[in-house]
Amino acid sequence: MTTTDAQSPFTVGHRTVTRVAGPLIVVDGMDGVGYGELVEVETGDGPVREGQVLELDGSTAIVQVFGGTVGIGRRQTSVLTRGRAARTGVGNDYFGRVLDGAGRPRDGGPQPVPDDYRHVNGLPLNPITRAHPDQFIETGVSAIDGLITLVRGQKLPIFSGAGLPANSLAARIAAQARVPGDDAEVVVIFAAMGVTRREAEFFRTEFLTGGAAARSVLLLNLADDPTIERLLTPRVALTMAEYLAFEQHRHVLVVMTDMTAYCEALREISAAREEMPGRRGYPGYMYTDLASLYERAGRVRGGTGSLTQLMILTMPDDDITHPIPDLTGYITEGQIVLSRDLDRQGIQPPIDVLPSLSRLMNAGIGVGKTRDDHRGLADQLYACYARGREVRRLMSIVGESGLPTEDRRYLAFAAAFERTYLGQGPARRTLTDTLEVGWQLLAPFPAAELKRVSAEHLAHYHHEASVTATDA
Amino acid sequence: MTTTRPHTEPAPLGRSGLARTVTSDTGRVVRISGPVISATDLPHTRLFDVVRVGTERLLGEVIKLDGDLVVMQVFEDTTGLQVGEPVEATGEPLYAELGPGLLGGILDGTQRPLENLSTDGNLYIARGADPHRLDRNRHWDFRPAVEVGDRVGPGDLLGSVPEGHAIEHRILVPAGAAGIISAIHPGPATVLDPVVDIDGHPIAMLRRWPLRRARPVADRLPLTVPLITGQRVLDLLFPVARGGSAIIPGGFGTGKTVLEQALAKFSTADIVIYVGCGERGNELTEVLEEFPQLTDPRTGAPLMERTVLIANTSNMPVAAREASIYSGITIAEYYRDQGYDVAMMADSTSRWGEALREVSSRLEEMPAEDGYPAYLATRLAGFYERAGAVQCLGTPERTGSVTVVGAVSPAGGDFSEPITQNSLRLAGCFWALDTALSRQRHFPAVNWLRSFSQYGLDAWFDREISADWSPLRRWAAASLQDEGVLQEVVSLLGVEALAAEQRITLRIGQALREDLLQQSSFDDLDASCPPQRLLAMLRVVHEAGAAMRSALQQGVAITDITAASVLADLGRMRRWPADNIHESASRLIQRIAEEMSSL
Ligand SMILES: Nc1ncnc2c1ncn2[C@@H]1O[C@H](COP(=O)(O)OP(=O)(O)OP(=O)(O)O)[C@@H](O)[C@H]1O
Ligand SMILES: [Mg+2]
Repeated sequence: MTTTDAQSPFTVGHRTVTRVAGPLIVVDGMDGVGYGELVEVETGDGPVREGQVLELDGSTAIVQVFGGTVGIGRRQTSVLTRGRAARTGVGNDYFGRVLDGAGRPRDGGPQPVPDDYRHVNGLPLNPITRAHPDQFIETGVSAIDGLITLVRGQKLPIFSGAGLPANSLAARIAAQARVPGDDAEVVVIFAAMGVTRREAEFFRTEFLTGGAAARSVLLLNLADDPTIERLLTPRVALTMAEYLAFEQHRHVLVVMTDMTAYCEALREISAAREEMPGRRGYPGYMYTDLASLYERAGRVRGGTGSLTQLMILTMPDDDITHPIPDLTGYITEGQIVLSRDLDRQGIQPPIDVLPSLSRLMNAGIGVGKTRDDHRGLADQLYACYARGREVRRLMSIVGESGLPTEDRRYLAFAAAFERTYLGQGPARRTLTDTLEVGWQLLAPFPAAELKRVSAEHLAHYHHEASVTATDA
Repeated sequence: MTTTRPHTEPAPLGRSGLARTVTSDTGRVVRISGPVISATDLPHTRLFDVVRVGTERLLGEVIKLDGDLVVMQVFEDTTGLQVGEPVEATGEPLYAELGPGLLGGILDGTQRPLENLSTDGNLYIARGADPHRLDRNRHWDFRPAVEVGDRVGPGDLLGSVPEGHAIEHRILVPAGAAGIISAIHPGPATVLDPVVDIDGHPIAMLRRWPLRRARPVADRLPLTVPLITGQRVLDLLFPVARGGSAIIPGGFGTGKTVLEQALAKFSTADIVIYVGCGERGNELTEVLEEFPQLTDPRTGAPLMERTVLIANTSNMPVAAREASIYSGITIAEYYRDQGYDVAMMADSTSRWGEALREVSSRLEEMPAEDGYPAYLATRLAGFYERAGAVQCLGTPERTGSVTVVGAVSPAGGDFSEPITQNSLRLAGCFWALDTALSRQRHFPAVNWLRSFSQYGLDAWFDREISADWSPLRRWAAASLQDEGVLQEVVSLLGVEALAAEQRITLRIGQALREDLLQQSSFDDLDASCPPQRLLAMLRVVHEAGAAMRSALQQGVAITDITAASVLADLGRMRRWPADNIHESASRLIQRIAEEMSSL
């Protein structure tokens, strides 16, 4: 990050560190430093560490040190100020590179030459300069394209559980995403926080081998890297992305994983500051903090680019009411929820469509965007599957023989839907294929049962099978 | 033409002795913690005085006095601010600017027009911008309602200007002013031009009012008239009164915003103040793109002309989010005082509460439940109590109302948390949104067993809509209740465990839920439903229930009754053409009766 920036001279100062507490240091003699500004901490041995001013009281500053505080003593440590907030370089020279969690090269390659520098915290987009996202993105995954449609400029998280294949789903979306009828390339900025080396290797092969390298940047903060650096990683990624999307008019997809690791770093700082903890020890301002990241997605008026966010978070204990998924859900425009049950049954990708939702779907589908029957078909598949799952639950109580024929049809539908529609495996499906699979699944139902679809669409697309066939 | 200073309305009677001389101070910053700043050398500063912080002159407000220390919250991002920078206290509280030009506005939490916050094609919000809250250059056609020599007092009508196509913006005598009209200046005027003189003092149209103080009224009135929302589940089961308040608690994705927006579009209010408080930028963009295309169902004028949008999204400074609620309610009261029925939507009051909590925690105050400050309940009450139906001050006699609808976003969707619980005590309607219903795509996901309305509005509906309204309403509520009990049995033992009679109750409950209560906001035909249509639909479901029961008595098998194909037509009621609603209803009632008796 700042090591790439030789423009502003150091304001040298030898301040006294009076206290070290977890990731925080308390420094005296910090006159002339601004709130939120960047400082550099030198211990004499080891690299310079960066930090940020969290609080100023007279000439005393509380500083969070991104590189961790190991080895910082009260003497031998000097704290230098830079007279500005943390920045990152932005530009095209970063493509194909692996950076660390603070945006410095970690692939042994040369220092990238940035087009410019930007403050990592960004500024809030003025709501009146936004354009409402409404362009359909085809991901090739039926569950998403058909039922949880993603649009350019959306922020859509993947709620995952420990061990569920969220990373490969995200990588797959990043590799396959395209907008039908629009050849504009999608560039991917990948921010990984607290990931293992094995995961890092997976991302490196996914994003930086072959043709993808020219359009990807990978920021890696590994599980054993300093945790507080994770607070920077998404900000650096989003700052690079904003530049590409809103100034260079590119279509940018930012994938952030794992937001749970990010939130833990936030909690660590809060605990070190002895703040009043909120739910489960996470700070009360976590909503605002997460919003300051997620709200950086979008499209702007008069611009042709877009910034789409796909963030992965691991729900502790698969609990969707845990503060991390809960606050995320309150900010994002829907969610894709992965299911342990489906995963156990080998259904890939294991997306549970019932709790999943894309709030911008309506804006991105229909005549002129996808197809006229998309909305009705999606509602119908959803309704049939929800009923099928309900019948399945009931069956576990009353047994299959206790079910009316009609109910058994929904039961069969639910199984087929999971097997074929959701469980498409690695194959890519075009939207047309996805819609066709949906209509095939509805074939066993008589038209009168399909209340969510208009008569016109039924006449055109429904291939009603002989009803008895499925009852057998 | 001379221009006047904006007329600052003094405190209402009883406090007018406090009229204070404005003294401004300059101090310096000694401590910075996010949006909370402390300064010294500000001896004359009072609580809630406005401050300008630092060389960038960031807008802030004093929130605590502690010995020589003056603590303030800053409404803008404080990054880069240094200890030692100057703080200028203005000696005045935070004011709203009130006058023609508010409608159609898009403002931030401190009422700054958003279009003036990003200059030269910049996409982001700049800091330190201090644009006029109301346009100073626009001309309005002042039409006097008084004559020279008239004696006037606070709240009396001086005249009006047309604001948009449908609203007559009434210019009133400011609070605290009285005397004889000595001159009148009709015709085009900016908000600062004098429009009349009272005892030789020029009075312009612009008023300033401190955000955190309720505007005075002549009297408070009982709440007897509903605000028709166009949402069947609300108007039928849980109606809100004009001047009442409602809260919409619900987990994420349960439909709070869609419902608030539906109310903003379709409710029978003259003026709508929509406050996006700590929510998504894209949702405001949606409103901004959609509202200008829509028309006010009652006046035919563009919807935006009756709307004021206040947008302080989640990534905008947190202290301004806190102020946004007060900006909204002050503007609402201002139009109420002109004699209008105003509805204010706040999405979401939880984000407002969290802003309070964040500032309180930086003040290191002793927290109460869940980290919220102990004064949370008082602040919430102060806000909800500003709703009401009133006899306005002044002549001619007129009434107005402010109805408040606040969304609540409880952590984990759990309603036991402090914001929901405290708001629950204050609001007259509780529209509980249910995650399970929203997953079933039952929208609006208002849980009919948990929600309530405390407003007794049956008399109005029976008188203005139809005498069978309240009996039918009670029937529907009871049927849903009965169905709920039976559903529990079914989920344990299966439907076969029920008696035939009970299965009819189940079928009626289903019709009420699916064909009546469900209403998609994305269906242009059904997004809003007037009371007469609701009544017609309700009568049909009621008659269908009666027909099913009589078929059962005739000995028809229950499976044949519930499978009758005519029942599918209940789902088409929402597509009935708008005219001849009652004819369509009678025809369907007859067909149901015929088919049932032919089984
Ligand atoms: N009345 C409705 N008609 C049709 N669909 C609805 C309705 N209400 C909600 N929905 C669906 O539910 C989604 C979520 O609704 P909404 O954005 O209003 O939730 P919310 O409660 O405001 O969530 P959050 O707390 O996260 O802001 C919508 O995008 C829409 O798909
Ligand atoms: Mg919402």
